[in-house]
Amino acid sequence: MELTIIIAIATMGGLGFIFASGLAFADKKLRVEENPLIGKVNDVLPNANCGGCGSAGCYDFAVKVVDGKALPTGCPVGGEETAITIAEILGVETGTAIKMVPKILCRGGNSEAVKKMTEYYGPISCKAMALVSGGDKLCFYGCLGGGDCVEACPFGAMIMNENELPEVIEEICTGCGICVKACPRNIIEMHPADRNVFVFCKNQDDPKRSKEVCSVACIGCGICARKSDGGIEMVNNLGIINYDKLDDSKIPFEKCSTGAIQKIGGRNIPVN
Amino acid sequence: MDLLLIFLSAAIVNNFVLSLFLGICPFLGVSNKTSSAISMGMAVTFVMVLTAIVSWILYFIVLVPFKLEFLQIPSFILVIASLVQFVEMVIKKVSQPLYRALGIFLPLITTNCAILGLALLLSMREYSLLQSIIFGLGAGAGFTMALFIMAGIREELELTDVPKPFRGVPITLITAGLLALAFMGFAGMI
Repeated sequence: MELTIIIAIATMGGLGFIFASGLAFADKKLRVEENPLIGKVNDVLPNANCGGCGSAGCYDFAVKVVDGKALPTGCPVGGEETAITIAEILGVETGTAIKMVPKILCRGGNSEAVKKMTEYYGPISCKAMALVSGGDKLCFYGCLGGGDCVEACPFGAMIMNENELPEVIEEICTGCGICVKACPRNIIEMHPADRNVFVFCKNQDDPKRSKEVCSVACIGCGICARKSDGGIEMVNNLGIINYDKLDDSKIPFEKCSTGAIQKIGGRNIPVN
Repeated sequence: MDLLLIFLSAAIVNNFVLSLFLGICPFLGVSNKTSSAISMGMAVTFVMVLTAIVSWILYFIVLVPFKLEFLQIPSFILVIASLVQFVEMVIKKVSQPLYRALGIFLPLITTNCAILGLALLLSMREYSLLQSIIFGLGAGAGFTMALFIMAGIREELELTDVPKPFRGVPITLITAGLLALAFMGFAGMI
């Protein structure tokens, strides 16, 4: 009996030793030499692996930058500082990058959006709500208020306000874009930080229904589009801004009856 | 003739994935692109053939004569783990993009039941060394074929208008089920 145990241990140990030495030998022969710059660049990156640059994680981005397939400014999280450091490591020019911030294109919080007759009892998560019933609100397009984006933000730059709408704290926001992916209703979009005209609605219902479901919806009247010289286009009862052609002095913001289109920092239209 | 039968049996009639339901996880995981499906199939085939050789030698030369058959499973797992590690090194050396495309599924070949199943089956059926190699080759070819067919269908599915509740995983599982159904047509041929 004892002999069997000893033999078994010796056999497995021996096999393990043989295979381990085989692998050790193979490792010596097949080791892949990588560019030491990749490691250096990787060290200065934020290492949040958020994917905001479009690469699969920070290491992948570092490889691309060293290969010249991505610009040092490609990391939206690290910002200018990281870009300069990377450029120093590689000995190239930085170029400039405009900070991108997420904009929440729905203003239909608890007090504006009309609720269903039924109540939602279930996990407080936008994904769950979107899957089963669409949550409490009648609007099919607006914010569900479950806070998936707030939870997804790895930098704590989003909060839920009392009206159950998420808000972005732009000073903390790094522009990684994770919140955009977290939203099942696609109401969060990335925009350059200096952009200030937005249609704060995604509702594509006809005017009658959109008026019924929310007091701040874009009802698709098209007043803004008619005066805009192509800066705004009406698609499926919703104003879509074409930022290349937009001239915000031509947009009659005060004519928008629900205040769906707004200029941030400009005149704030009271909601009736 | 005997060898041809073993090959065809492992590749088609008793296809590891679609008839024996071994190795389902890479079958669903790495089958969204035909190119990576083929590479994964090649990697698995390579591991399968090497496993067949090494585990045959181990089982019939070492374990059986010394009456250590009870060490079969741990020693086979040891063989497979080392071989997968080896294949991983080779792929990393040969093709970095392929290494990244296969991702987690490459080390997961270690616990792929198709491979351990192969080692156990060949020891149970008491194949000769040559038969074992052919068996491993057939199983690998069958696995690659199943993966390739699946990836081809899934690439087409990307372009079709799948009903919303079926998008993603459900339609993939339905497709896999229909494929298995189709392979049932081969049952009993050999």
